[in-house]
Amino acid sequence: MKKSRSFKACLLAGMVGLAISGTASAENPTLKIGFVGVTSGPAAAWGISNQRSMETRADWINEMGGVTIGGTTYDIDIVAFDDQKDPKRAVAGMEKMAQEGVHYVVGPNVDDGAAAVRPVAEQKGIMYFPYAFPKSLYAKPASNAVLGMVANYQSGPAIYKYLMENEDIKNVAFVAANESDPLSQRDSGVEAAKSLGLNVVSSNVTYQVDTTDFTPVLLPVIKTRPDLLVLSGVSPANAPQLIRSARELGYTGLISTETAQDAAVLKEGAGDLANGFISVGGASTPKLASDTMREFVKRYTDKYGEYNDESNTKVYALEYILETLKANPEAISDVGEFQQTMDTFEAPNPYMVGDAKLKYVGNSSFGQKRQLSVPLVVNTYSDGEFKTLFVAQVD
Amino acid sequence: MEQIVVNGLYLGAQYALIALGLTLIFSLMNVMNFAHGQMYVLGGFVTYTAVSQFDIPFFIALIISGLTLAIVGALIEKFLFRPVIKKSKRDESTMLLAAGIGFFLDSIILLLFGEKQRGVPKIVDGVFNWDFKIIMPYDRIVIGLIAIAMIITFMLIMHYSKAGRAMRALAQDKVAATLMGVDVDRYQMIGFALGAMLAGVVGGLLVSITGINLGMGGPTSTKAFIMIMIGGAGVIPGAIAGGFILGMMESVGLSVLSEYGDITYLLIFASLMIFLAIRPHGLMGKPWG
Repeated sequence: MKKSRSFKACLLAGMVGLAISGTASAENPTLKIGFVGVTSGPAAAWGISNQRSMETRADWINEMGGVTIGGTTYDIDIVAFDDQKDPKRAVAGMEKMAQEGVHYVVGPNVDDGAAAVRPVAEQKGIMYFPYAFPKSLYAKPASNAVLGMVANYQSGPAIYKYLMENEDIKNVAFVAANESDPLSQRDSGVEAAKSLGLNVVSSNVTYQVDTTDFTPVLLPVIKTRPDLLVLSGVSPANAPQLIRSARELGYTGLISTETAQDAAVLKEGAGDLANGFISVGGASTPKLASDTMREFVKRYTDKYGEYNDESNTKVYALEYILETLKANPEAISDVGEFQQTMDTFEAPNPYMVGDAKLKYVGNSSFGQKRQLSVPLVVNTYSDGEFKTLFVAQVD
Repeated sequence: MEQIVVNGLYLGAQYALIALGLTLIFSLMNVMNFAHGQMYVLGGFVTYTAVSQFDIPFFIALIISGLTLAIVGALIEKFLFRPVIKKSKRDESTMLLAAGIGFFLDSIILLLFGEKQRGVPKIVDGVFNWDFKIIMPYDRIVIGLIAIAMIITFMLIMHYSKAGRAMRALAQDKVAATLMGVDVDRYQMIGFALGAMLAGVVGGLLVSITGINLGMGGPTSTKAFIMIMIGGAGVIPGAIAGGFILGMMESVGLSVLSEYGDITYLLIFASLMIFLAIRPHGLMGKPWG
């Protein structure tokens, strides 16, 4: 009898608990936003900074009660997929997003992945926000991709011009991994350098992506005595080793890249040898950062234990998606509406001080607005940290 | 030219040490350890964690890496390979098992150590510069010498210790060795543990030079296979020869062929295919297996 009573009491308590939790989760419907990108291997830092930025921001929004779009308040659910920098897996990831009813996907991180998913995205009505630079992804007839950062053919000329004016560089050498992303960045970098009047002394040297010892790779490049060594499309894992090998071979000139890097990885891999290394930074600096950006950095660090400077850029994609949906709630399930809204969209930028705006750009580069407007911040590495070299805007 | 030769010798010493562990395991158990690269990566991360998180001196951290991988190797042999080898009649079973262990270790490494590239400070500062004909950082010279010392020590152990003689007997003829009283299970476990330990120690040594990240496992395994195919699978001097040959080919190819783009490995693989077509058992491998 006693056992039966306590059993019934437990059963009742369990049912009440289920009812409460069920009720709580039924309060806000879920808005799924996808991520397809590289979260393992040498380039993992690129994708993980995306995923963690989105998850940090989503948790924050949900904690504050959710995001209100067209009178309905949603909880944000980030649906992530590791494509391992493999285009086949990126396609599988995008198809999974379609199956889950996701219309807005951040990523992929690299050229071939972004190109591979284009047919899936266009067929299944998905807007995707890659971090890949080929113009064909964003210029007509392409319609569904929006570049999430500043492209190397936008940042490269700005960097080279700055160095010509301030450091008097004349000779430049390029080295790239033997992969489509770095090679295409190298080619556009060479084109930009030549159009600015720089002398390209070496541009044929490439290396296998899995190279660990770069001394034999860089030896012929260093012999050409460049003033600037450009590491085209270099991954955060390879950058410190390339810098270290160059410096150990006696190279004393400037080293730069147009990809985002990680200060902690540079410090561990190259130490003081990385001082002076120029890279494209996260779209924030202490001068530009608002309280919201600082709060975001704190929440990210608390959640994951360490921050990645790249997340200053990667935080924008989710923000743009949500703000655009707020501006046109019909776009929640219709990317055509989203595309129309992009042309005139403008909203306050919560991550920058002053009256900075969120808006879509890209008319100059792509003939249509298919790029997020984020500040171009060029950094130089110094003693474990990035210091701002200059800030610009691109179109 | 002097720089190319020195680079080749340095690369060769590293590669030989990586290949030794793989060929030892193959000689004892006829198992292609596809997880060898992942063991190398795990060793590197253990050294990194010991040095960076616990401030343990680098050489002590290396010993910890070696011991950790020896234990991991012994456990893998005893609880995974041994039952499969005893029960399965097909060689493919152990290959699949090794591949599966590789994927498993990749996931464990990602969970435990994260996705980022990691490194430790240089163990020796400064660069040896002989009139710009040979430029070699001192830490690479130290690591290269340690690698050569370890190869010599390994050869001495294999030739003069009881365990080494037992393992060589098993590699030559398992049935005869068993009949002579060699405990197959015990020495196979020791051999696997030793092979894994070598991979782990190399990973630990090189974390101070090239750093370590999760993605290094697969390519390291591939290079190790190339080396033992050149030298002859299961033959220890062959692994050393294969390591140095690959190191020199890389060094020469990257320096001499750089202006033609990245064709060094294309030529290495093409040469390997022709070589294996002519001599499929490698330089020192036995044609009868």
